[in-house]
Amino acid sequence: MGELLDAVLRCLIVLGAFLTLPLLVGQMEHKAMAHMQSRVGPMAAGGFHGWAQLVADGIKFVQKESITPAAADRRVFELAPAVALVPYLVAMLAIPLGPFFGQTNLIGQDLDLGLFFVLAAMSVGVLGTLMGGLGSGNKYSYIGGMRVAAQLMSYELPMVLAAASVAMAAGTLSLVGIAQEWEPWWLLTQLPGLVVFFVAGLAELQRPPFDAPLADAELVMGPLTEYGGMRFAMFLLAEYAGIVVLAALTTVLFLGGWAGPWSDHLGWVWSLLKIVAVSFLVIWARVAYPRLREDQVNALAWKVLVPVALAQVTLTTVLVVA
Amino acid sequence: MSGSFWGKGLLQGLAVTWRNLTHRSVTAHYPDVEPDLPPRSRGVIALQEENCTSCMLCARECPSWCITIDSHKEVIPAATEGGRDRSQNVLDQFDIDYSICMYCSICIEVCPFDALHWSPEFAYAEGDLKDLTHDMNRLRTWMDTVPPPQPLDPGAEQGKELDSYRASQAAEAAEAAQPAEEES
Repeated sequence: MGELLDAVLRCLIVLGAFLTLPLLVGQMEHKAMAHMQSRVGPMAAGGFHGWAQLVADGIKFVQKESITPAAADRRVFELAPAVALVPYLVAMLAIPLGPFFGQTNLIGQDLDLGLFFVLAAMSVGVLGTLMGGLGSGNKYSYIGGMRVAAQLMSYELPMVLAAASVAMAAGTLSLVGIAQEWEPWWLLTQLPGLVVFFVAGLAELQRPPFDAPLADAELVMGPLTEYGGMRFAMFLLAEYAGIVVLAALTTVLFLGGWAGPWSDHLGWVWSLLKIVAVSFLVIWARVAYPRLREDQVNALAWKVLVPVALAQVTLTTVLVVA
Repeated sequence: MSGSFWGKGLLQGLAVTWRNLTHRSVTAHYPDVEPDLPPRSRGVIALQEENCTSCMLCARECPSWCITIDSHKEVIPAATEGGRDRSQNVLDQFDIDYSICMYCSICIEVCPFDALHWSPEFAYAEGDLKDLTHDMNRLRTWMDTVPPPQPLDPGAEQGKELDSYRASQAAEAAEAAQPAEEES
């Protein structure tokens, strides 16, 4: 009974985090992006600096009609938003936040293969956009879907290589284990891996500057062209949940997770702070950089990130063996 | 700082956005804060009805034909015995249709009697297009919001009449001083 209660409680906490953290990141994007562009962003909704803007957006999305185009592959089209969203929820289950006031680690389920599990889940998430692109029966969506596929192929490799480098250094695939093995000097030796992982993660999420598949100016949001209402909202939520998962993974793998003063009690606060900081970087990159052309996207992956990731793996191997 | 290196543009992008983030935004919070408009803003055209002679210059110069004027003549009896009766135009109608006005200011510049003025008031949106036609009573009320004329630039011409008056004053003063100098 106690075990069951424990499991249910953990699931509920993860679900709560899944429903609130992406909204927090979304609100941060609204406000930070606005101020980076010398605007103020939402100000009216909720009264105080537009804190309820995303709630209002959600209510708006719920009211909209759910349309399936006649030319669409109905099943695939309707399933795609769920395929995009649910994997991030699953991935969040396996990401540790660190000690909670002297209690055990705050985590949905500590898996021995945590890293493998989370990376696999993240890749499935991208399939949702791919399904949307190919199932919409729309030329823009189709081109967008092709670009998603190309991007997925290109960036999965450097991402996994960078993650493998950390796993090698820590000698374990468990995310809790990796964060516990983390040493401050990893910041230096794993720095190329960190950069590769972060950039590849951005591309995986199709976040600007790697949003060539969406490219609202040329492809009219690509795979999302035909989506509206709640389905579109699910895609949006998936994007922000993806940011949270990427930030959390970067934190756990490269930034020491809950490492910091009084981490026995406040470890989870450190984790959340680092996640927010990495999410801010994601937003900052979106505001500061223009979209990469499709060939540039692939050139960056194969000519820069993959070699750097391979070099990082080699370096880590030498360090571990030596 | 001179010279370029790899990644300079990337850093500049981050620097620009960071600077914006840490400085106050330029947004004008209009409905909450009234805008600080320059004194010569073209908000709405006000009509000083007494100055208008119904000469129709404004209506004819208006490029978008948004001014409608109607007037009738009234006879003013001669003030002296045997004198000639004078006639005067009295304004019956003066409408400006702000749904087609393009705020070019030609009517105001062409008015020989300063009957038209710019007021900086701009918030007169209407729910119905027809209500954007302001009649002369409404145009008259805008006069209350017309700011006083701007002071002239230092050293500027003060206006022909004033300048010639000042010149004649100076000449008279010089003439008055000249004889006194000769006597002493």
